[in-house]
Amino acid sequence: MEAAMGLMRRIPPKHTDTALSALLSLLPHHSSDLLSQVDQPLQVLCDADCGKEFILCEYNRDADSYRSPWSNKYYPPLEDGSLPSLELRKLEIEANDIFTVYCDQYYEGGTSSVYMWEDDNEGFAACFLIKKDGSKTGQGRRGYLEEGGWDAIHVIEVGPEEEGTTNYRLTSTVMLTLTTNNESSGTFSLSGSLRRQEKQLKNIIDMSMRLSIAEGHICNMGRMIEEMESKLRNSLDQVYFGKTREMVCTLRPPSEVAQMRMPES
Amino acid sequence: MADEEEEAELSEKQKIEIAKWFLLNSPPGEIQYVAKEIVSADVKSILNDDDLFHEAASDAFSLYNKSHLISLKMPGRSGDLLVTTFGELEVNAYLDPRTAQVAKVDHVKQVCTEVRPATDEELPSPYIEEFRCALDAEILKYVGEAYPKGVCSVYCVNGKDVEGPGSDFELVVVISAARHSPQNFCNGSWRSVWNILFKDDQQIVEVKGKMQVGAHYFEEGNVQLDAKHECKDSTLFQAPEDCALAISSIICHHETEYLASLEASYLNLPDSTFKDLRRKLPVTRTLFPWHNTLQFSLTRDISKELGIGK
Repeated sequence: MEAAMGLMRRIPPKHTDTALSALLSLLPHHSSDLLSQVDQPLQVLCDADCGKEFILCEYNRDADSYRSPWSNKYYPPLEDGSLPSLELRKLEIEANDIFTVYCDQYYEGGTSSVYMWEDDNEGFAACFLIKKDGSKTGQGRRGYLEEGGWDAIHVIEVGPEEEGTTNYRLTSTVMLTLTTNNESSGTFSLSGSLRRQEKQLKNIIDMSMRLSIAEGHICNMGRMIEEMESKLRNSLDQVYFGKTREMVCTLRPPSEVAQMRMPES
Repeated sequence: MADEEEEAELSEKQKIEIAKWFLLNSPPGEIQYVAKEIVSADVKSILNDDDLFHEAASDAFSLYNKSHLISLKMPGRSGDLLVTTFGELEVNAYLDPRTAQVAKVDHVKQVCTEVRPATDEELPSPYIEEFRCALDAEILKYVGEAYPKGVCSVYCVNGKDVEGPGSDFELVVVISAARHSPQNFCNGSWRSVWNILFKDDQQIVEVKGKMQVGAHYFEEGNVQLDAKHECKDSTLFQAPEDCALAISSIICHHETEYLASLEASYLNLPDSTFKDLRRKLPVTRTLFPWHNTLQFSLTRDISKELGIGK
């Protein structure tokens, strides 16, 4: 397993799909570990009931069907598909509504989905997903990208409440690819994937006593995700892309421009 | 029973293909690590056959080494050999035109085991050699100045037996620079291949270049750059020394421009390119108002309860 994860860290992130299916066929006895540890690019389905797209992941899957957060129905239809409790479903609906606005403000497009489920120790867990196609044929408003995708997966485990506070453990992954293409500079393609984890102890009821616990959760989780996304975006932009740029300059230092030789004849 | 055997055989083949796919998709300078990981990821024991795995590995390593234009130290003080399809005489034997030697290569170990002098048949005619040598000298000078760790070679790929004026011939300039620093979680390579077609009848020299730059940064993550560019130029067919000067200055010019355009692509990232994926701040330019959204949804809840929402 360790070696398989090592391979995933070396293979270009844009080939994650192929690499994962290769590993699955090679190591069928590790398939559940692989599926839970390797982050894959997100897929979407259309919820025919309301004509809205939703994102697929392990957390809204039951057998071969996926539950839409909009209609709470499984696609393809599944009888007895597992559903969150009524109370949790209420929170899920709320979270989906708010996250749609969040997604629109940061991504200017894109699809979002939030799924929640009860876990074994009195708490619950939530998964916030965002998928954005930033290419000029997709939802890239500025049209700079020949090809561009941003997939974000945030899983938050929420511990049981103790004296008005609870523990949140957030694990976030961002996968991105971007390719620009023009005549003078050819194709320029960067792809990457980052995963980070963070724990926070927070007051559930941190703004007003009138707010229900449930609403406090969304606010807390939302802030954690917003902060984490900004951090990840920043480290990709500043650190990770910066390091590849440094490498290019090490291979062929740009100072040479000044000494460009001209033919002596 | 026969069916079962056939199935098992097929899947063994597929496993070899999978192992090869991973090896071939290794980032610059990382094929050895990938090979180790494949072996410890149990692929080898599934393959159940050392010979089969070795066969897959030697195939993949040979392809990888040639496409990555890796350089290997030749025994003695013969300098560096570039492993390229242009210098490939037979499996595992590569010509080093500068020293007129043929080097034996162990692809999987990525070492050069022995060298022998090239035979006359393996080398270009004296006429071609004049052009090749002059160009090699100029390119060597340029690469020495532009690349801290660059290796280059000039091959004749067409018309190597042309004895004098009157026929076309083609040279290829290969430049390869690699930097491996796994301790800093970073590897990268610059590869460029320049096809130079000497057209005798039109008295012109056509230059076609392909440049490819790759980088991998993997400290707590996996980010890879893959950039490619092609370009064309031409110059007059002149005496070998004049051609060499003109061609090397064309190559220098295009590579310098390409580097500048890579820099520009990087500079455009934060403010324009990246913005189409995710903005730094919301369209409102302030952090998302989680607080207000909650109030908004609270009032909606209340209105629902009071039955005035719908």
